[in-house]
Amino acid sequence: MKFMRLIVANLFRKKARLILTIGSFAVALFLFALLGVVNDAFSRGADVVSANRLVTINRTSIINTIPLSYRDEILRIPGVKYITHDNWFGGVYQDPKNFFPQFVIDPENQRQVFPELIVPEDQWNTFLKDRQGAIAGAATAKRFGWKIGDRIPIKTTIYGLQDKTFEFNLDGVYSGAKPEDDETQFWFQWEYFKESVADRFKGQIGWYTVRIANPDDAPRIAKAIDNMYLNSPYETKTETESAFAQGFVKQFGNIKLLIMSIGTVVFFTLLLVTGNTMAISVRERTNELGVLKAIGFPDRAVLGFILGESMVIALAGCVGLLLALVAIPALSRTMAGLLPPLLVTAKTLVYGVMAALLVGFASGILPAYGAMRMSVINALRRV
Amino acid sequence: MVRVDGNGSAGSLIQVRGLDKTYRRGNEDIDVLQGLNLDVDKGDFVAFMGPSGSGKTTLLNLMGGLDVPTHGTISVAGDEITHMSRSKLTEWRARHVGFIFQMYNLIPVLDAFQNVELPLLLTKLSKAERRKHVEAALSIVGLGERMRHYPRQLSGGQEQRVAIARAIVADPTFLLCDEPTGDLDRKSADEVMQLIKRLVEEYGKTVLMVTHDPVVAGQAHTILHLEKGVLVEAGARQGAVTGGAS
Repeated sequence: MKFMRLIVANLFRKKARLILTIGSFAVALFLFALLGVVNDAFSRGADVVSANRLVTINRTSIINTIPLSYRDEILRIPGVKYITHDNWFGGVYQDPKNFFPQFVIDPENQRQVFPELIVPEDQWNTFLKDRQGAIAGAATAKRFGWKIGDRIPIKTTIYGLQDKTFEFNLDGVYSGAKPEDDETQFWFQWEYFKESVADRFKGQIGWYTVRIANPDDAPRIAKAIDNMYLNSPYETKTETESAFAQGFVKQFGNIKLLIMSIGTVVFFTLLLVTGNTMAISVRERTNELGVLKAIGFPDRAVLGFILGESMVIALAGCVGLLLALVAIPALSRTMAGLLPPLLVTAKTLVYGVMAALLVGFASGILPAYGAMRMSVINALRRV
Repeated sequence: MVRVDGNGSAGSLIQVRGLDKTYRRGNEDIDVLQGLNLDVDKGDFVAFMGPSGSGKTTLLNLMGGLDVPTHGTISVAGDEITHMSRSKLTEWRARHVGFIFQMYNLIPVLDAFQNVELPLLLTKLSKAERRKHVEAALSIVGLGERMRHYPRQLSGGQEQRVAIARAIVADPTFLLCDEPTGDLDRKSADEVMQLIKRLVEEYGKTVLMVTHDPVVAGQAHTILHLEKGVLVEAGARQGAVTGGAS
């Protein structure tokens, strides 16, 4: 600890350089946190899904529908507890920029299949009785300042409904049981939807979500569902909710690889920048390091001073992570509906600190080793 | 008493025997020191003079454990230093040698107190004990009032006095001064030399000094001349190679 003063004093030798180096770390760590959070957000679908849910879609693609009549047939398969269905509505609220996902739901089974999305009992009962009722996720309600009882117009251009506006009464607001649960959805009743769309859509739903009794039965049940509709006009593809979520994310491209690539380039550049800074810093005071060695400071102490400086810079750069803690939730609020909720987790912060320390060590070790091995005589000759 | 014939008493503080130092530059061997003998007793003040390249600083570096000889031995207070490992030599320097350099070599980001405290950071002294030692050393060099001044806030003479305080703070066995006045004006040089003499006379320090300046060398008890690595002439202020303090 008594050497800390020497380390700190040396750090402040060139204040502008110190600030810029710490700034480089801070920016890189902020970016690290942001990329990590975005990656988490996209992969969270696969992480937070229930192990006992299956998703059945049209084998051709999710935009193709499947018959509502499958519901009762699937429900009869041993091991299936509940089944519910959804349609993608794809409406616009006021402006296309105000995107949020809207689902036509099956109110009878919604809560049995998705128990983690919680609606207060009184609000749910009001919703059940209101044909034009709607339930909004807490994030979406907050985003648009909606209150219970508000009238919400949403216009859709699909299902053969050219610019038809649906009017909804906001009867309730749901919240996720866990922070990472999606609170951006907007639900309304199948019956209200069905009476407005063209006939060819009336008996067609977007996908089924099936809740099963035992996750171990998932492969058997998925196979049973798909076999049941093999060679029919509407063949199905059933997979676990996790596999479905992963497949959905893959439609955006390999986000994880993209994020890893950007992160690697950022940290490699940071390593070069800080390594160069440390090398210059050591070269500038070769003579002083020679003096320290001459008066009896052991080689390992000199190594420790240089490494200590680079590690302190790295730790100071963790201010970028603190900045991320403040900025990312704000960004998440701004991007609500466009991106899944962006959550800075403890895991991201710990990885950030570890990455900073690793880069700090890697950037300091070569100059530090050089200073450690340097002969006192040669060092003292340098001016 | 200082002797250069290799017949000094076994009780000499510093004993140098048959010291050779050869550097290799390209394919050429350069013999800097050749078979040098020296005995220095405790409390001696020796000045080494000679032209550039004669080996003065090399000899000082060897006696200070900063470099190792090609042949020969150096013993200080009974410790044979020429065969010590690099880390042992570092430890030995911390306990036995106080260095005073021509360019002061203070750490610019530390104030006078912190610069002087540096050698004590290697000891087990408590913070309070270190403070006491540093204040005493700075007070000996007359800079007790300037403890919190940084090197850039001090004159050259004051910087050298801080460097002297740093050299003596851990109470080393001997002091090695490499051109201690080489970068100072005459007045400051005189002040620094008065201080070094006081260290010898009042505190019994042993001082080995390299200088080009005959006036500065004249302050020492004994002047030894090095020429092309060989001790070719030796004199004392009172005329004898073995002359003691005047």
